[in-house]
Amino acid sequence: MNQILDKIFAHATKFIALSVLLIVAWIFTTLFEQSLFSLQASGFDFITETLWAPNLEKFGALPAIYGSVVSTFLAMVLAVPIAIGVAIFLSELAPAKLKSPVGVSIELLAAIPSVIYGMWGLFYFVPIVRDIFGGVGISMLSAGIVLSIMILPFMAAVTRDAMNTTPDILKESAYALGGTKWDVIKDVIIPYAKAGIIGSFILALGRAIGETMAVTFVMGNVHKISTDLTQPATSIPVALANEFTEADTQIYYSSLFELSLLLLVISFTIISIAKFYFLRRKRVGA
Amino acid sequence: MTHTQKRIIINKVVMSLSTLSAMIGMTFLFWILGVLVINGIEALNWTTFSEVGAPPGYEESGLKHALIGQLYIVGVAAFAGVPLGILAGTYLSEYGQKSRLAEIIRDVSDIMMSAPSIVIGAFVYAIVVTPMGHFSGWAGSIALTIIMLPIILRTTDDMLRLVPATLREAAFALGAPKYKVILQVVYRGAKVGILTGVLLGVARVAGETAPLLFTSFNDNFLNTDMSEPMASLTVTMYNYATSPYEDWQKLGWAAAFILSMFILGLNIIARVFLMKKRGK
Repeated sequence: MNQILDKIFAHATKFIALSVLLIVAWIFTTLFEQSLFSLQASGFDFITETLWAPNLEKFGALPAIYGSVVSTFLAMVLAVPIAIGVAIFLSELAPAKLKSPVGVSIELLAAIPSVIYGMWGLFYFVPIVRDIFGGVGISMLSAGIVLSIMILPFMAAVTRDAMNTTPDILKESAYALGGTKWDVIKDVIIPYAKAGIIGSFILALGRAIGETMAVTFVMGNVHKISTDLTQPATSIPVALANEFTEADTQIYYSSLFELSLLLLVISFTIISIAKFYFLRRKRVGA
Repeated sequence: MTHTQKRIIINKVVMSLSTLSAMIGMTFLFWILGVLVINGIEALNWTTFSEVGAPPGYEESGLKHALIGQLYIVGVAAFAGVPLGILAGTYLSEYGQKSRLAEIIRDVSDIMMSAPSIVIGAFVYAIVVTPMGHFSGWAGSIALTIIMLPIILRTTDDMLRLVPATLREAAFALGAPKYKVILQVVYRGAKVGILTGVLLGVARVAGETAPLLFTSFNDNFLNTDMSEPMASLTVTMYNYATSPYEDWQKLGWAAAFILSMFILGLNIIARVFLMKKRGK
């Protein structure tokens, strides 16, 4: 009796664990199947065509791809230096009394859902962007900034964790040689934790590019490529969030599924690079 | 200026910049938190909980429909996702261990944890909403279950591996079969850790909006039938906040406040558990 139960339990758990792989494979094949109609209709033109006009049944994803790339790039440019600053502050500078409360509040802020960052952006930040930079405020710029604020807590927390892995003895040796704090940071901590820090940034990039709610509020979903950052724009997830329930033709649906597939492939690639190239066996469960 | 003086000055400049950036970061984050609390408390009153959504302009308007919908959608997702995640994690830690298969499942789960949740929504749309012909609470729960599974799987795996091997060996020595050792010894030893993972997993999916937009959709009335479209706090918040009506926007802030407090609460409880575990 016990032997039978033992086998059942072992097989059941194995089957459920395997189902994770099955689900992922199922997601890829389903999205691919749903995109087939659009893939056959437009092929590679889908990612180079700039016109997205559902009424004309023209679907070009370039504006959305452009928007995803530019807004994510903006977010990274703004968030990386601040995240490094916060991480240095938390791991090397802050007095012990501040370290824990500031660190914990940053971690808690990373848990706040992105929809709330988006809502704050719409009501409080868009008007500021409008007043300072002109335009309507709903823009690529607002999206980039709100996105940078949203990924900041996550980035700062993981960068700090990576810096904290530096053995104290290494730091102490450098101080004993007369190094200043900055000398120790740039010559000991950063070289030691480099892989972890870069990996965390790429992981944050992978999350930012798929982030939907923080940017949907403030981007405007306009399929137009403009170098003017104060103009409304769109990104892949923003287009999906806005248009999925509006799609009325097969080609429209199929194009949206092709966008989803594109997004999934891009994020899978970025996250895999972070995980396999930089974070291999360093962080469990990052 | 000597080399040493130069180094000291550079050090001071960099340290000031770092403190400044920490202050900038904290200012933004506390600004958001402040806005959330002030607007949330101002918008909250008894009718928020006792009434369902009304057209703009009505006094008696609340979030009861969204609160109950949220409870159903997240509740069903947790009901399915928690046991599945724990069992899958059990396989990784107790059976698969360092095997090739277990490592692949770990890696794929890690990637899934950071994958865009809106894509999961699109997937569930294709496999559930299209065949059913309409949006439904079930579809929302399925999307959230898929998102929750890898989180709970990975924390369970990590927490079970912390249980000392000697405990398992002692139970085996008494003649206990493996499933009994796992159920009665390993789980007991990792109880707090697993619970923490569950809390964090639930907190994570409770804040998800994107995968619900085109699965559970929305409903302005109280609905407890999971096979129909269902309101959730997050989607309601999105719709109300982007509406032009001031009283709807206010309800949106109330929803944002309730949701954030719930999620922060779960995170704090999980943290206290972990601290106690480490303190032991």
